[in-house]
Amino acid sequence: SGNNFEIIIIDDGSPDGTQEIAEQLEKIYGSDKIVTREIISVLFSSGTAYIHGMKHATGNFIVIMDADLSHHVSLYFIKQKEGNFDIVSGTRYKGNGGVYGWDLKRKLISRGANFITQVLLRPGASDLTGSFRLYRKEVLQKLMEKCVSKGYVFQMEMIVRARQLGYTIGEVPISFVDRVYGESKLGGNEIVSFLKGLLTLFATT
Amino acid sequence: MTKLAQWLCGLALLGSAWAALALSPPGLRLPAPYRQALLPLPVYLLVAFGCYSLATVGYRLATFNDCEEAAAELQEHISAAREDLRRRGLRF
Repeated sequence: SGNNFEIIIIDDGSPDGTQEIAEQLEKIYGSDKIVTREIISVLFSSGTAYIHGMKHATGNFIVIMDADLSHHVSLYFIKQKEGNFDIVSGTRYKGNGGVYGWDLKRKLISRGANFITQVLLRPGASDLTGSFRLYRKEVLQKLMEKCVSKGYVFQMEMIVRARQLGYTIGEVPISFVDRVYGESKLGGNEIVSFLKGLLTLFATT
Repeated sequence: MTKLAQWLCGLALLGSAWAALALSPPGLRLPAPYRQALLPLPVYLLVAFGCYSLATVGYRLATFNDCEEAAAELQEHISAAREDLRRRGLRF
């Protein structure tokens, strides 16, 4: 695609074989293209992984994605140049964005949760829990300093704080084909913790 | 100002306006029909908002895209990538 890029893989110590594969990839493509680092932590929080990842990143833009999704990264750069955005966020809810293999119940919960979020937080972005985003490096650093939540509430907080700080946010429709290898859980616990996170953001931002 | 603070201010403003006009302390008396119409206004607004919410979520649920081609494309990409990596020496 003509862009210079490097891929940084952060392994959180989970026993799913990521590390061995990552090290092999590093041997194949060279350490300037693939950088692997290991952090051992008992609690996985995406925030910790980002902090470690950023220390090793050398580019001007940082794309953060879950390793089990598939997206066209170049689309994000096109969008960013279009409007010189500080952040480009993937959305499942607009354009030809969407999901695959979701039953009605899961779609309903997703849309319902997003509706409540829009009413309470008015975040200026249509999809807050998306895990595929492009950030300008300085923007990501600034946001990392300010955000305090954990898990996916952290994702939401990033966007809310970004809007407060006046950063511009562009959106790109994404096809969310999740959990190609494995089960996704959306039980009562997830819903409760989402609501707790939402109310915390509501009261503190 | 946090979102919570914004909401509380907004509600306080509207609430006191409504209380002043509808519950009418003697100083601000409006003609009786107006007061009677204003009295149930909060409940009406709540119900209206409830209906709007249901309609919006229902519409968005119905128009939630399913990405069949993207899923198929992803599987192809995965197979191609596995093949390529296998040739370069990756052991799964």
